[in-house]
Amino acid sequence: MIEIDITKRIKTYRGTEAFRLKTTFQSHIITRITGPSGAGKTTLLKIIAGLVLPEQGNIRVDGETWFDAAMKYSRSIQERQVGFVFQDYALFPNMSVEEHLQYGTADPEYIEQLLSIAEMEPFRKNQPHRLSGGQQQRLAILRALSTKPALLLMDEPFSALDEALKLRMMVRLKDLFAVQQTTVLLVTHYQHEMQEFSGAEFRLAQEDR
Amino acid sequence: MMDLEPIWLSLRLAALTTFLLLLIGIPIAYWLSRRQSLFRIIVEAFITMPLVLPPSVLGFYLLLAFSPNNALGKWLQEYLSLQLVFSFEGLVFASLIYSLPFMISPLRSAFAQLPRSIAEASYTMGKSRLQTFFYILLPNIKYSIFTAAVLTFAHTLGEFGVVLMIGGNIPGVTKVASIAIYDSVETMDYASANDYAFLLFAITFTIVLAVFIFNRKAIKSPFE
Repeated sequence: MIEIDITKRIKTYRGTEAFRLKTTFQSHIITRITGPSGAGKTTLLKIIAGLVLPEQGNIRVDGETWFDAAMKYSRSIQERQVGFVFQDYALFPNMSVEEHLQYGTADPEYIEQLLSIAEMEPFRKNQPHRLSGGQQQRLAILRALSTKPALLLMDEPFSALDEALKLRMMVRLKDLFAVQQTTVLLVTHYQHEMQEFSGAEFRLAQEDR
Repeated sequence: MMDLEPIWLSLRLAALTTFLLLLIGIPIAYWLSRRQSLFRIIVEAFITMPLVLPPSVLGFYLLLAFSPNNALGKWLQEYLSLQLVFSFEGLVFASLIYSLPFMISPLRSAFAQLPRSIAEASYTMGKSRLQTFFYILLPNIKYSIFTAAVLTFAHTLGEFGVVLMIGGNIPGVTKVASIAIYDSVETMDYASANDYAFLLFAITFTIVLAVFIFNRKAIKSPFE
């Protein structure tokens, strides 16, 4: 279980505002995080990953403290071992598809499995500038999975994929998550998107601030 | 027959300065590209000074600093047996300071232009800052590293004012190509001056041309 009780001052177009959140997320299921633009969905994922640090509060994951402002403790990004699918993909321009995955795992069989999940085998030697937007997004998902993270944070991970491919991938990903016992927090802009695949929904409204 | 010694000396000075500045410049440029603070801005202003300062001003202060009559020069000579005035080592040291902005500036901009998220992605994969630096950040600024190295090399090759102040005109030790041109003109030996000048022009033009050709590729990089 992920227990969050934090306050973070964030800059918005309205000025600096306090982002306050107290909630829990269940482990080993997919939770969709929905909400309007500017509600703090991406900030929430970054706070959990340790990429953004709150000013107050604490975060506990499966009984372990990841962040505690009162104790001035924050587990490093590396030690949190989350998988993160960035909204802008954040691919490494110097690496091919295969090299992205080799950066996360030394297991060639697992790399083949990942490539097959996203139907990326034909593009294994391509660098990001030789991939379409959808292919880049699929690679971003695979790279996040390459380290077999216990917690996967996905920020709008299917926005560039066509409906048919998205459905095929989700079926395969759900199987993988079940085998690896992955906890998934998935940010989506649309409230009804991915409904059939997720176990829970958390709606982040602007009033949560 | 043309004496090629000054040309070799210039090339040696430029190569050594470029190599050392790559080692020093890359970490400094990375540090400067991180979030701005007043201290970083002051350091950056100091590093940029040789771009705008007359070389004779820099040369004069370095001459004073390295002189065995003054504290730093005395200390260097007594404890490290290092004589930096009128020596090749002195030229290298002065060139490091004089050419520093030519190395730092392109590298700093390149680091600053890299999306922050690519380093963050690497961290979330469990990679340390050092691994991220060598496997992700450095390979993705390789065009800028090449440009910075070539600019530094070409700039050091043409250095005159600082070299004259610090090194003087000792054949085989501090008499580099730019000094040899000045020396030849002073003795009315225009033929030798022309030889040195033409050779320096040809080398520098080839280098600048190489940068332009190489950087045509860089424009296709996703960060441009």
